[in-house]
Amino acid sequence: MSQTSEKLNPAADAILQLDNIEVIYEKVIFAIKHISLQVGPQAIVALLGANGAGKSTILKAISGLIPAQRGEIVQGRIFYQGLDVTQATPAQLVSQGLVQVLEGRHCFGHLTVEENLLTGAFVRRPSAKVLSQELEKVYNFFPRLKLLRKNHAGYTSGGEQQMVAIGRALMANPKLILLDEPSMGLAPQIVEEIFEIVHQLQQTQGLSFLLAEQNATVALRYADYAYVLESGHITHHGDAQTIASSQALSDSYLGKQ
Amino acid sequence: MNFFLEVFTGGLLAGVMYSLVAIGFVLIYKASGVFNFAQGSMVLFAALTFVSLVERGIPFWGAFAITLITMAVLAWLIEVLVLRQLVNRSPITLFMATLGLSYIVEGLAQAVWGAQVHALDIGINDEPYEVFGILLSQFDLFAAGIAGGLVALLGFLFNKTRIGISLRAVADDQLAALAVGIKLQRLWLIVWAVAGFVGLVAGILWGARVGVQFSLSLIVLKALPVLIIGGFTSIEGAIVGGLIVGASEKLAEVFIGPLIGGGIENWFPYVLAMLFLLVRPYGLFGDKAIERV
Repeated sequence: MSQTSEKLNPAADAILQLDNIEVIYEKVIFAIKHISLQVGPQAIVALLGANGAGKSTILKAISGLIPAQRGEIVQGRIFYQGLDVTQATPAQLVSQGLVQVLEGRHCFGHLTVEENLLTGAFVRRPSAKVLSQELEKVYNFFPRLKLLRKNHAGYTSGGEQQMVAIGRALMANPKLILLDEPSMGLAPQIVEEIFEIVHQLQQTQGLSFLLAEQNATVALRYADYAYVLESGHITHHGDAQTIASSQALSDSYLGKQ
Repeated sequence: MNFFLEVFTGGLLAGVMYSLVAIGFVLIYKASGVFNFAQGSMVLFAALTFVSLVERGIPFWGAFAITLITMAVLAWLIEVLVLRQLVNRSPITLFMATLGLSYIVEGLAQAVWGAQVHALDIGINDEPYEVFGILLSQFDLFAAGIAGGLVALLGFLFNKTRIGISLRAVADDQLAALAVGIKLQRLWLIVWAVAGFVGLVAGILWGARVGVQFSLSLIVLKALPVLIIGGFTSIEGAIVGGLIVGASEKLAEVFIGPLIGGGIENWFPYVLAMLFLLVRPYGLFGDKAIERV
């Protein structure tokens, strides 16, 4: 485990790299500061921290959603696959394979499960044939969604909605998925199931994940690396195992003893 | 009985004209959650442009095409100059913007084409047909046919195409739509242009019926009860709402009117709409908020 005061060296093979990012909402509300982190290829990286620590803000800064919430990145740069994407729009990022799954799922309630999935692929303008192939691929990962495909997403269970949200992201053929609180409001058994799928996607499809979670125990079991956040700053980072066995987490959640 | 049926069907057919206007509102409401007060001005703008071109000797379809392009340009201007500046603002801010917009569009139309009343003849004579002993206006039947075709076209656009699915996605959840890479601004442009097209069709039919004049923009007020009854988010609702308003106001005028001195037609739809607000606030076909408990 190391402290964050040291500068991260730009790693040539990192799929995502944040360099000293600072975000302010509505011109005055400070959200995150001095955030530097990176995600390697085919890695699961966890962002841990209590409510309001800035996990979601970091993910939205990466995915280009900050301006939609009246915020702005006032300092720092974000690199995705070696390119500066600090000012990129969500549509540009999605078409390059960087997709965010929002906190609280955000399914399109009045659309059917299948229509929800389809929206994820539109940005690439695939042919009808490619589109149905992608759909089959997602149904292979989530067989339950195939049974529900004609149902309105709004009437499916929380776990199923999380599957729809992840499946929708997969339709963009992503390389990196930003996953915000996948465990929120779900039964432990369903959480386990969701994380197993994430693990499987990492192993078989070579996807990378940047994962914001309050449920540190589960996240650290699946993650390779972890960053711990406290009121908008990174206080610790290190291998998932190191973080799990250290005092860092309880310090950040409960305050220093 | 025959008289009742005649009034009833006459009302239904007149209601189709209300539906035509209401559809334009539904489109924009679905895409951006905004009640576009300027829709009436767009109808006026389209009708005035069309009739002025026809008066200058341009054939029907030529004038139709030029007006359509003009409406698309107008949509683009509105998107760039107004909507894009106000993105993420509350619905009431956007509503106020469309209120202002309605005066600008209205003024622009009259500045360019003048304020006098134009007659518009689209070659449909208005001799009544007799069907099963009931007299029906030929023009109304024609208008109903056009509206039916338009609804079929829009239904296809919204339910089967990628633009349609994206549009419904945006209506449900704007942030999520952004997150999956839907380009909101492009979608808004398309929707405003389609609303301009619907406005043009409505403007030509209304213009042919009552003449092209300033008061065309006031049909926005007639569309309001239609939308409340049918639901703001449903094209089918706009159709059914229009039919209900058309039929009920005519029936009320003819059968209840004499009892209380007449003049019911103008306010009866609002009373009906108010009852709907009490019983079914999202309208007959509007999207209920889906909530799991």
